[in-house]
Amino acid sequence: MSLLSIEKLKVSFQTRRGEVQAVRGVSLNVDKGEILGIVGESGSGKSVTSYALMHLLDKGGSITGGALSYGGLDLKNAKESAMRDLRGREISMIFQNPRAALNPIRKVGHQIEDVLRRHAKATRFTARAEAIKALEAVRIHDAEARYHAYPFELSGGMCQRVVIAIALACDPKLLIADEPTTGLDITTQKAVMDLISELIAERGMSALVITHDLGLGAQYCDRIVVMKDGEVVEEGAPEQLFVAPKHAYTRKLVDATPRAGAEVRSLLPKSKRTPMPQFHPSGTPLLEVRDLVKTYQGKFGPVHAVKGISFDVQKGQSVGLVGESGCGKSTTSSMLVRLDDPTSGVIRFNGEDLAQTPAQSFARDPRRASIQMVFQDATDSFNPRHTARQSISEPLARLAKMDRTQRRARVAELSDLVGLPQPLLDRFPHQLSGGQKARVGIARAIALNPEFLVLDEPTAALDVSIQAVVLNLLVDLRAKLGVSYLFVSHDLHVVRLLCDHVVVMKDGEIIEQGPTAQVMDTPSHPYTRALLSAAPKPPTLTRPTFSAA
Amino acid sequence: MTDSAQDLSPQTTTDGPLAHMVYVLRSNPVTLLAFAMFLVLIVAALFGPSLVAYDPLASNASRALQPPSWDHLFGTDNLGRDVFSRVIVATRLDLAISIAAVALSFVIGSVLGAIAGYWGGWLDAVLNRLFDTIMAFPLFVLAMGIVAALGNTVENIVYATAVINIPFYARLVRAEVNIRRDSGFALAAKLSGNSDLRVLALHIYPNALPPMMVQVSLNLGWAILNAAGLSFIGMGVRPPTAEWGIMVAEGANFIVSGEWWLAFFPGFALMFAVFTFNLLGDGLRDMVDPRQRT
Repeated sequence: MSLLSIEKLKVSFQTRRGEVQAVRGVSLNVDKGEILGIVGESGSGKSVTSYALMHLLDKGGSITGGALSYGGLDLKNAKESAMRDLRGREISMIFQNPRAALNPIRKVGHQIEDVLRRHAKATRFTARAEAIKALEAVRIHDAEARYHAYPFELSGGMCQRVVIAIALACDPKLLIADEPTTGLDITTQKAVMDLISELIAERGMSALVITHDLGLGAQYCDRIVVMKDGEVVEEGAPEQLFVAPKHAYTRKLVDATPRAGAEVRSLLPKSKRTPMPQFHPSGTPLLEVRDLVKTYQGKFGPVHAVKGISFDVQKGQSVGLVGESGCGKSTTSSMLVRLDDPTSGVIRFNGEDLAQTPAQSFARDPRRASIQMVFQDATDSFNPRHTARQSISEPLARLAKMDRTQRRARVAELSDLVGLPQPLLDRFPHQLSGGQKARVGIARAIALNPEFLVLDEPTAALDVSIQAVVLNLLVDLRAKLGVSYLFVSHDLHVVRLLCDHVVVMKDGEIIEQGPTAQVMDTPSHPYTRALLSAAPKPPTLTRPTFSAA
Repeated sequence: MTDSAQDLSPQTTTDGPLAHMVYVLRSNPVTLLAFAMFLVLIVAALFGPSLVAYDPLASNASRALQPPSWDHLFGTDNLGRDVFSRVIVATRLDLAISIAAVALSFVIGSVLGAIAGYWGGWLDAVLNRLFDTIMAFPLFVLAMGIVAALGNTVENIVYATAVINIPFYARLVRAEVNIRRDSGFALAAKLSGNSDLRVLALHIYPNALPPMMVQVSLNLGWAILNAAGLSFIGMGVRPPTAEWGIMVAEGANFIVSGEWWLAFFPGFALMFAVFTFNLLGDGLRDMVDPRQRT
């Protein structure tokens, strides 16, 4: 019998523009001991479904129809006091951003005690020991010492473990995990997901895993529900969804999920696949980095962010810079685009050393226009007071000294080039979707035909189907403009699709570099192997891959 | 392509600034009320002298200390001057003092705060200690001291009020600039060829405006109180000029003997002005914040 059943659930929100239906008649069941995955892109209503379940909807949101039952209990009409008893003891939740889910000014041990005491699983005298036990249960070493840690003293993965410890402290029967690994490194992601699935199996719990990553869902869930626009479009076993997706949307998602053996064009729906542009890098060096060092003055002595790295980028080549957070890849890219000065080393660009010109005066350097960047967080990288047109015009006005009419013409040309409908140009950033913002960011970066473009995880915040479109756009642009890319990423599948050459960084050093196929297929360094094995492996092997063209 | 095709519907496109203003006013009745009250103040300040029936300075001994009547809505004072005319005419002077003082502290505070927040380092440390020093004084006493030292004129009231308000603006701007100093759009602006100064002035600073508007509006209220307070204790504006603070001070002597209207009406005008500015803040913020335009 099913532990949780949701029948034709409807949730709507009251907004300025009237009522918005976020969930339109979703039905699903979670059986005892089952891990159910809800997969969907942003706006599909997957998180709202789980918040409705827990009565945690934002202001203005309400359940307008359907039935919710948990073990025979009617959740839809449950009183707030009944829900308070239920939350944490019967149904627990893990949130997307572990650091935000923890109280920043309280010791993590005390935060675990809170939930234990609330549900009378421990007394004042036993709480401490129970909390330490809970920390040990999530495989935190030296739990006694960690009990006294504040959230800011712990890494993201550690924080997520603490959140899991809080969620599982009272032995709930159902765990809801809302994007539990978003923002975590790929090896941490694997560790956290492995831990969750182990603990669930150990305790015979059920779980509802909400994710946008079909590959991740397929690897860890027993059954998957695919949602789109507040409705369930398909439901089934992961293998079945991957091998024989019935619904067109599921097929689109499966296609767009980067995986081993895929080509960049095969991420797109079949009807949108155009022939791959033919393009070969010329082989002449554009950028030569030699012994680049960056040392910060930290609170406890010098911090060696980048410890003498050397690599080349040829004209028209696409180089992937791979590593986990804190490996120095962001510092490296900000030195290369000349926003930051290296402590020592040479950045030779077309034969001239860029490091000679301080970053502060590089804005007036004639080479400014040929080195540009696409930022990771599309929302943060636009002035909230500027429209898309103003943002794209900025480099044209400042660096190319174009007048108004020239700028208008060039912006129109650019928006066609990146596939942004022109009516959207007069919108503010918050009025654009993630994919549209990514296009605006790319349009701004290529506005002056740069020779070298740093792409700092440009697709990290995007849905997979949008990511597929943006990656293909980048491939086309490189062929059209002959621009070189430095593609900074933690996602090896994506790097494989886009890059000719890969540089793997760890702790400020390059541990391995070489042609993409060589590094990916026969990695020589154990760390590279660890990275490769941590990436989720969707069950694609049984399905014949389509040819790219 | 797929992600952008479906939501080109007209209702999501941007409204013009005027339409946005109308929207803000319609969506929030309190803002509408605040703007209506503000309009009353503005009309009184601009056209005050031509709106009133009596000369605010003309005394008429035969009609001294008359209670409110249809002839004299707010009554007359001990010299037979019409209180209504004086209250209305005084609006211009009181508003001018507070707006000038707030504008001055807004500009100086913005510049100093932006510099401290953007460049940081020793500049930040020095400026912060300077603001701390100003704020360490009881502000009204500091203003009194400044007026006493510089001389008893209207300009000096403006300067004194401005000086005591600078730290509030500087700190607000400093914090707002500081959190945006390394934001993506500031870096992007540098990549587009903007110098540090341009990035600060054209990209980062305008984003600090929405919270500043709340501060400006609250501050206008304080500044009016402050100027009236200085006049009340006999500094700055001197009799027989019509000014709310002096009128309250002069009228206070007559409250005991039952002539309450001398102090009540200028006091009410003061309260009305301060209340208006306090209500105005949120509405002003919504108007300058582009994110409110959905």
